[in-house]
Amino acid sequence: MTTDRLRQSMTTDRLRQSVTTDLLRRWETLILALLVGVVVWASLGVDGFANGSNISFLLLDTTEIALMALTMTLVIVAAEIDLSVASTLGLSCAVLGWLWNAGLPIEAIMPICLLVGAVCGAFNGLLVTRLGLPSLAVTIGTFALFRGLAYVILGDQAVADLPPAYTGLATASVGPVPLMTVLVAVLAALAAVVLHATGLGRSIFALGSNEEAAYFSGIRVKRIKFWLFVASGVMASLASLVYTFRYASARADNGVGLELAVVAAVLLGGVSIFGGRGTLPGVLMAVLLLGVVRNALILADVANEVLNFVTGLLLVASVLAPNLGAIWRRRTSPQMEGKSP
Amino acid sequence: MEDTPVLALSGVSKAFGAVRAVRDVSLELYAGEVHALAGENGAGKSTLVKILSGVHRPDTGQILLDGAPVEFAGPADAQQAGVAVIYQEPTLFPDLSVTENIFMGRQPRARLGIDRRAMRASAAELFTRLGVQLDPDQPARGLSIADQQLVEIAKALSRQARVLIMDEPTAALSGKEVARLFGVAKALREQGCALLFISHRLEEMFELCQRVTTLRDGAFVASDMIADITPDDLVRRMVGRELDALFPKQETTAGEVALSVRRLTREGVFTDVSFEVRRGEIVALAGLVGAGRSEVARAVFGIDRWDAGSVEVDGKRLRPASPTAAMAAGLALVPEDRRQQGLVMDLSIERNIGLAGLAALHRGPLISRLAERQRAKDWAVRLQLKFARLTDPVNVLSGGNQQKVVLAKWLARKPSVIIVDEPTRGIDVGTKAEVHRLLSELAGTGVAVLMISSELPEVLGMADRVLVMHEGRLVAEIDRADATEESVMAAATGRTAA
Ligand SMILES: Nc1ncnc2c1ncn2[C@@H]1O[C@H](COP(=O)(O)OP(=O)(O)OP(=O)(O)O)[C@@H](O)[C@H]1O
Ligand SMILES: [Mg+2]
Repeated sequence: MTTDRLRQSMTTDRLRQSVTTDLLRRWETLILALLVGVVVWASLGVDGFANGSNISFLLLDTTEIALMALTMTLVIVAAEIDLSVASTLGLSCAVLGWLWNAGLPIEAIMPICLLVGAVCGAFNGLLVTRLGLPSLAVTIGTFALFRGLAYVILGDQAVADLPPAYTGLATASVGPVPLMTVLVAVLAALAAVVLHATGLGRSIFALGSNEEAAYFSGIRVKRIKFWLFVASGVMASLASLVYTFRYASARADNGVGLELAVVAAVLLGGVSIFGGRGTLPGVLMAVLLLGVVRNALILADVANEVLNFVTGLLLVASVLAPNLGAIWRRRTSPQMEGKSP
Repeated sequence: MEDTPVLALSGVSKAFGAVRAVRDVSLELYAGEVHALAGENGAGKSTLVKILSGVHRPDTGQILLDGAPVEFAGPADAQQAGVAVIYQEPTLFPDLSVTENIFMGRQPRARLGIDRRAMRASAAELFTRLGVQLDPDQPARGLSIADQQLVEIAKALSRQARVLIMDEPTAALSGKEVARLFGVAKALREQGCALLFISHRLEEMFELCQRVTTLRDGAFVASDMIADITPDDLVRRMVGRELDALFPKQETTAGEVALSVRRLTREGVFTDVSFEVRRGEIVALAGLVGAGRSEVARAVFGIDRWDAGSVEVDGKRLRPASPTAAMAAGLALVPEDRRQQGLVMDLSIERNIGLAGLAALHRGPLISRLAERQRAKDWAVRLQLKFARLTDPVNVLSGGNQQKVVLAKWLARKPSVIIVDEPTRGIDVGTKAEVHRLLSELAGTGVAVLMISSELPEVLGMADRVLVMHEGRLVAEIDRADATEESVMAAATGRTAA
């Protein structure tokens, strides 16, 4: 009988939650609807979209963005940002190429790359938490720094003679699903559990919303932020491995500009740029949405500029939408001012 | 003097979803009169203020300005109609000067840009009119809350406000500052302003106001002339029943020393502070606002570091500057500023209650939602929290109910020492009695309670011992038997009593 009651109270609670007019939830529904809409439109209207190999390619093509978006979600929910992820990716690629040229075995190089990512993240984290600098400024700085370092290490050469065992792995599939998508799914599940079902996740939301109150509640604000940056760096270097093997080419300019795609996906997914709000499923749907849009537009032979325009439009819409109500009210109230006595 | 009211509400209602915050309330504000709005936490006072100031639109009913119906589409409309509101937390621009704040958006023009001289002169004139001394050139940052409120009042005056609404202006003021504010309010009343005043302190209403309107659960109860009723009448109108004792102090026997603070010093803030709190004891830390009481509490709890001295909980020395270590040792702090420090306003009630004890909610590596909800439910019931859903963000709760959430968050940890900083600030009489009963019960179960309070009756009514601070030093320790208003105040103002 107890279990019965329990279940009953749980369902009513869930019912209540779904009834709440929570903007975020509605936002995710919107993104999902948009995703379904775009997929249906592309399947019907774009030649070559709705076949297995294109879908596999599309999924594979979002791997790096998806990976980095996972940790970026945590970072932005904590009211920070890491704009250096794509540069960290580039630096890690450069280190990989350099060490490969130097004759190290790839199995030794990969952990070193992850370590490079960790060090990059730790550097960001230290500047933010120890010196109290805003992460926007810090990571704009390291955005240039890490990329510059990548060029110093590898110059503009491309290291391409990578072991086929690994390049093959990066593009392999299990059935119709790319192996890398499986990797993303596993890590996404992990990140979602951390963010939504652990004390650490609760703490991240709390400190992103009100750092002082979080600190007064005994949450180790600085420590958590530091490790979030480290996680972000490690994830960027993991993405660098995928990137390098997928394109079978390690270059210093690998992944230039990806940080914007990552931030775009996270914000479009409903994460508040001010911190404290957002969900991981929302972000994953947004990553897919942006991937599908890009893929469909490329297949439809739309120019690259238009592509960027559409991505930008979606992003602006996502940042604007939650505030539209307030802006509308502000715009209309001065007009009313004249009317009343 | 029953002429037309300057501003009136007639049959106004406002609901937020299922919560009917204000139901069919009428209210009349007359020129030259201070009108009090009384009611328990969540009675709908602030909501009514927001209707008068154009923030909320009433669902039904009318706003009457000089007897004629008006509609306020936003705060700008209300301002234009001469309605000014002083909120509890003033909203000045910290980097602008006092003068610039007063004239924000309406700077007098000179041929080239803004006429600073004229602006400064009229600011000075406003302060003379209010009878207060403030430097017009000082930046707003660094002003005390009391001074900031005066700047807001000057701003209202400069706009020729005819109606001045003050929502709990005295909650964070010291006795002296309250007296000054009342001086200003009385002057404005003489000058023909209509004032609306909200406070949870009965004596303030009786000192300042001529008329009082009481709300209960959003509904109108009565409107009386203050001269015709007694404080007990008013309490009965607010709570709808007879109130139990306001200070239900239980006799307890003090046990072992739970908290021991020795020679604690933080340079420039407090010096050489030593005291002990025993199990089962309620010790009050009294003093004037700014004496360093909250700062001591913050240091003990590890928010700020200390320069010298030591803190022990149950005989174990605390690591400095670590709230986590303090909590692990059994310490809890209900901070002074509940909106900034006590709560994460955007998070739900249940998440806030769970926040200080996340470890206890884990089942394996994951948080148990069931445990989280159960903990919130239990404490909400125990503290008689008024809420719609546990998943609502705490910012929709009324002030007093927010305070209960902070208490719940810390009591759920079952601390052995609890420090409460102004635990009943902004809390209505009924809830105040409840909080007092709760603290008393806690002490009864062997918890050591350190209570910082600026309200003397609370200090005298609840404390087994009173510690008094003055300018960063502990200047007196007074036993319950010897504690009187005079002895505590004498020590607090630095007149060292015998
Ligand atoms: N924006 C809102 N959304 C939902 N409920 C609200 C909102 N604002 C107020 N309420 C609810 O309306 C009721 C009245 O709240 P209000 O703030 O007016 O009380 P109050 O009398 O000012 O209390 P206090 O003395 O604690 O300040 C409360 O139950 C509160 O939770
Ligand atoms: Mg209120």
